[in-house]
Amino acid sequence: MTAASPAIEATGLTKVYGSGNTEVTAMRDVTLTIGKGEVVALLGPSGAGKSTLLTAIGLINPPTSGSIVIGGLPVMEGPEALVDVRGFRRRHIGYVFQKANLIPFLTALENVQLASEINDVPPREARSRALELLDYLGVGDRVKNLPHMLSGGQQQRVAVARALANSPSIVLADEPTAALDSVRGRQVMELFGKVAHEQGAGVLVVTHDHRALDVFDEILEMEDGTLRPPVRTTTHTEGSK
Amino acid sequence: MNLAVRDVRHNLARFSLTTVGIGMLLMIVMGMGGIYRGLIEDAVLLVNRIDADLWIVQHGTRGPFAEISRIPRSLEDRLLVVPGVQSARAFVSHTVQREHGGKPLRMVVNGLSWPQDDGSWLPLVAGRPLEAAHYEMIADKLLGLQLGETLELGKDVYRVVGLTQGMIGQGGDGLAFFTVPDALAIQFDSSAEAIRLERFARKARAVKDDIGKMQPMLMDKAELPSRELPAVPRAMISAVVVKAAPGRDPLEIAELISGWKDVSVHTSDEQKELLLKGTVDRARRQIGLFTALLVLISAIIMALIIYTLTLDKTRDIAMLKLMGARDSVILSLILQQAVLLGGLGYVLAYYFGQWIFPHFPRRVIIMHEDLLRLGMIVIAISVLSSLLGIWKAMKIQPNEVLS
Repeated sequence: MTAASPAIEATGLTKVYGSGNTEVTAMRDVTLTIGKGEVVALLGPSGAGKSTLLTAIGLINPPTSGSIVIGGLPVMEGPEALVDVRGFRRRHIGYVFQKANLIPFLTALENVQLASEINDVPPREARSRALELLDYLGVGDRVKNLPHMLSGGQQQRVAVARALANSPSIVLADEPTAALDSVRGRQVMELFGKVAHEQGAGVLVVTHDHRALDVFDEILEMEDGTLRPPVRTTTHTEGSK
Repeated sequence: MNLAVRDVRHNLARFSLTTVGIGMLLMIVMGMGGIYRGLIEDAVLLVNRIDADLWIVQHGTRGPFAEISRIPRSLEDRLLVVPGVQSARAFVSHTVQREHGGKPLRMVVNGLSWPQDDGSWLPLVAGRPLEAAHYEMIADKLLGLQLGETLELGKDVYRVVGLTQGMIGQGGDGLAFFTVPDALAIQFDSSAEAIRLERFARKARAVKDDIGKMQPMLMDKAELPSRELPAVPRAMISAVVVKAAPGRDPLEIAELISGWKDVSVHTSDEQKELLLKGTVDRARRQIGLFTALLVLISAIIMALIIYTLTLDKTRDIAMLKLMGARDSVILSLILQQAVLLGGLGYVLAYYFGQWIFPHFPRRVIIMHEDLLRLGMIVIAISVLSSLLGIWKAMKIQPNEVLS
């Protein structure tokens, strides 16, 4: 990882599902760069290929062709992984989804703490970091609650805390506010902005929610598997906002 | 962070019920082993308790437990004069089933060579040894008889003067001890009509025979009671048990007696071997196969439970993989739950068994080595049964979180 490199550099990403008559191109020649400390929204109708792009960058669903460089380190070349994918995800990528996907038998604190412990952080340190994050995200008073005892918004904030537990280089969020009301939705979006600017992470958020777009540094749009020119670009220097 | 324990805590009711089920299954496995041990213990109990060095039985037989053995009681006197013999006692053993108090009463009738043997070697829990030549008995508690209770057997009534505990025959019936004459009277009891018919038949045979024609006086004696006829043999006993004098080698005595053409000699160890190989061996194999099947069934059920528990956590495992958890984290979660399930099931099986086995009609003896062996089997089947769940977990893809 090099300090000067962008957080994400994706070049010529294409994803093809099936073959022959059933072949579907979900993403076609997508190239994008997200800088460190930058928070980017990805808009587009259903089936536009947003989630395909997100999962490709997140090393969950490899592209058919194209390359991905994260923090200056080449990680994918076509469908071939150039790094230990699971280890890389553990250390450098944070995920937030539409559903919080918290582990139901762990408390809010344990869900966040687990992410650090998986990354070989000593339990005491992991716990302290988790408490700090949960407090920062406004759920410090619910640390002992199991997920089913939390509201949707609280669960999502715990999921954000979990995604940030290992201070990732990039945070990928797939419609994180879909299950939230407008106030909570905006709070979560603002959180991403805060995380990007304060921690220097590159954040890519797939969203349908147009109510909080002012939070983003850049807004991209996808349609029919291709990335259209930026709808809006604002320039930020790392951590300056 | 121990994920297995946290998952169990979260699904405590379901896990507890599953563990109770596994525990009961393992209790049956434990019980089968205990029943086998009980069979062996019951089979050799009397041989052990009598503490004889040699068993003298009918020639060519493996009696008195493996098959019928009939020898004359006079053999007791012949054996007493053999050099090196300290004692020789008549032994009678046979099983009877009678009605008592409106219920069937099945017991193994054993004859003691009273007065030399009054049964004082028996583990009495109440009452006393035999003090009279007739009409007294010592009964095991399993027979349900009370001290002082009377029991009609044949034409006589016997009073329970002593009670033992745990004295059980190889068939699982309680043992009862009488004097040898009483035991024979019970064994060879005939109705008055049967005796009358036998006397008529005896006379009819004599009439037809040359001896009846040549010696008419015999015709008058033919209808007398059999005990008054020297030509009619006395009731036979089952065996004579011999104790060698201190310092004398029982094998030397056995070698000497084995030269007699009318009897066979078995040492106590041979007698036990005959019992175990003859009567218990088939039961042992049957129980062994049944136990192996139960272990297999337990392993399959445990595998299915662990597999189902893993399926329930598909999304969580996918999330763990997405977060970058190593395979060892997921493997450990499943394996620990399997071992926890098996281990707790085993402990429950032990306690259930302690509570239930004493109520079984036959003895269930749980020995430490059997417990240890079953413990190791439980660990092995826990590990094996987790393989299916682990295989499923390893196949889960992180992108299943998105589905």
